[in-house]
Amino acid sequence: MENSRRRFLKIAGYSIIGVGAGSLLVGISPKRITAAPDAPPRYKDRPEALKAARWGMVIDTRKITSRINRNMQQVCHKIHNVPDFVGKLGAKNHEIKWIWPTPFKNAFIEQDAQFVSDHLKRTEIPVLCNHCNNPPCVRVCPTRATFKRESDGLVLMDFHRCIGCRFCMAGCPYGARSFNYRDPRDSGALTEIEENFTLRTKGVVEKCNFCAERLARGEAPACVEASNGALVFGDLEDPDSEIRKLLAENYAITRKAELGTNPSVFYII
Amino acid sequence: MLEKALSGSKLYYTLVLGLLALIGIGFLFYLNQLNVGLGVTGMNRDVTWGFYIAQFTFLVGVAASAVMLVLPYYLHDYKEFGKMTVLGEFLAVSAVLMCLLFIIVDLGQPQRLLNVLLYPSPQSVLFWDMIVLNGYLFLNIIIGWNVLSAEKEGVPPEFWLKPLIYLSIPFAVSIHTVTAFLYSGLPGRGFWLTAVLAPKFLASAFAAGPAFLILLSFILRKFTNFDVGQKPIQTLAKIVCYATIASLFLFFCEIFVTFYSQIPEHMDHKIYLFFGLDGKSALVPWMWTSVLVLMTAAVLLVIPAGRKNEYVLGLACIFVFFGSWIDKGLGLISGGFIPNPLHEVNEYIPTVPEVMVSIGVYAIGFLVLTLLFKVVVGVKEEVKG
Repeated sequence: MENSRRRFLKIAGYSIIGVGAGSLLVGISPKRITAAPDAPPRYKDRPEALKAARWGMVIDTRKITSRINRNMQQVCHKIHNVPDFVGKLGAKNHEIKWIWPTPFKNAFIEQDAQFVSDHLKRTEIPVLCNHCNNPPCVRVCPTRATFKRESDGLVLMDFHRCIGCRFCMAGCPYGARSFNYRDPRDSGALTEIEENFTLRTKGVVEKCNFCAERLARGEAPACVEASNGALVFGDLEDPDSEIRKLLAENYAITRKAELGTNPSVFYII
Repeated sequence: MLEKALSGSKLYYTLVLGLLALIGIGFLFYLNQLNVGLGVTGMNRDVTWGFYIAQFTFLVGVAASAVMLVLPYYLHDYKEFGKMTVLGEFLAVSAVLMCLLFIIVDLGQPQRLLNVLLYPSPQSVLFWDMIVLNGYLFLNIIIGWNVLSAEKEGVPPEFWLKPLIYLSIPFAVSIHTVTAFLYSGLPGRGFWLTAVLAPKFLASAFAAGPAFLILLSFILRKFTNFDVGQKPIQTLAKIVCYATIASLFLFFCEIFVTFYSQIPEHMDHKIYLFFGLDGKSALVPWMWTSVLVLMTAAVLLVIPAGRKNEYVLGLACIFVFFGSWIDKGLGLISGGFIPNPLHEVNEYIPTVPEVMVSIGVYAIGFLVLTLLFKVVVGVKEEVKG
């Protein structure tokens, strides 16, 4: 009796060591941590797909108006099935937002915003996921459910792999991520469903995806189209791109540059 | 040995049944949370970790404290701790179990938990936390159980236990270090972004854990025939004393760096916790209570006459445990999220379902602790004969 129990404990001990060592070996295998799917790509890009080495965005705050802000958020949330917990249910705690307007002093807390231009004092500016070149959210994710796409630098999410630990939300220094505290469909916060984009379940994190699904169809991000020219999207690695020309001609800043996250969203002030 | 946990006094059965009832209630609340989502908690878009993760963080400290018995006993051959060491190990078992459960109840998609193993991601600190927590849990089960059965049989412990025991010492340090790294490695969270977070965690763990062990030995002495004796308690009291002072010292280091440098991103969290920010001040009375009781305890314990008086010692231990619980179990997690990265203040207050689920998890931990301690007491009585 005593003996068999001891043997059991021994076997249990060895198997734990085995499992531990096994997972370690898998963990240190030379796979790139930036790629989420472990299988080779089975699908080809469409010929019309837009491609870049590193997608980036320039926001010209001088051209931003509150109407543009409203239009951008509306179209973004509509095509991405983002539920409206605040407007429809008054549940501020469960708010989900991908792009939203906020005062300059909140978007750039590291800047001394006391004496900014009248335009910036009056008008809120849009904030969204910065699609950082060195994203802390990707670093902290324990399942690689959020990952940086190697081909074009987009920081994306696999909603079906996410375990909902919300480590990425603590890791993101821009507050760009939202959590599905409830099922968006059951609660009435989502009434019109866009069939061309995935629905989320409760318990997963979501955020702006730079309209990866539209880029694949050869379309620019929806917010860019709705921005009346205030937002410009393009390849940061291509010196001849419109976005690079804009950056060369204007002084632009990124949010919390001191953190070394290397954002891909630039603001012309 | 387990049969020792099956028979006991009426009081013992009442305790076990009471804990089972609490577990049942907590489980019902958890089923509701599973059904509705984490929206039943008070967490929001800004404060994305709440009561659950805070309890996890606090209990990691309680678990790590077993090393304060194991290290002197096995490395320095401090014989006085011989009777108590297994208590520390079993306390660690129940505490780590609660830690793991608190992480699971905090997950939005718990049924996908094994994705952590399926897609192992060593760049994530959570991956390492999983390894050290599980490792520490099994080390303590194996060590505690085997040492106790050897004692029961009157034979020396198996030879292969020694390396495991030595291994459990760095593991104890690592569980709390890695847990601190979960927070202190995040850019843009000024409250946690400090190198003293891990040392501070360890110091407060080595205060709160042994304080709890002292209280547990008082309870065991009152309700059973098992008395660990004066000397180990007094040694533990000194450990509690200096660990409390060390954790207060590290706290003051943080306060100095933050408020002398006057960097807003670091100051504002502490201003929120201790004075309130933008008219939001839910945690202010708690935080001052925490500092006050910890300082009182340090004074009571550092005076030899205070430490040697069991009533004073008991009170000081309650203070240390409660003060550390407020610090880690309430302030640490919310404080890091308030204000948010856009400098907006959205407060967090746990809801009733959240607290009920937490009570359920605590009840599971205390049930395991009760059963294991019952076995210990049974074996010790039998050996004493």
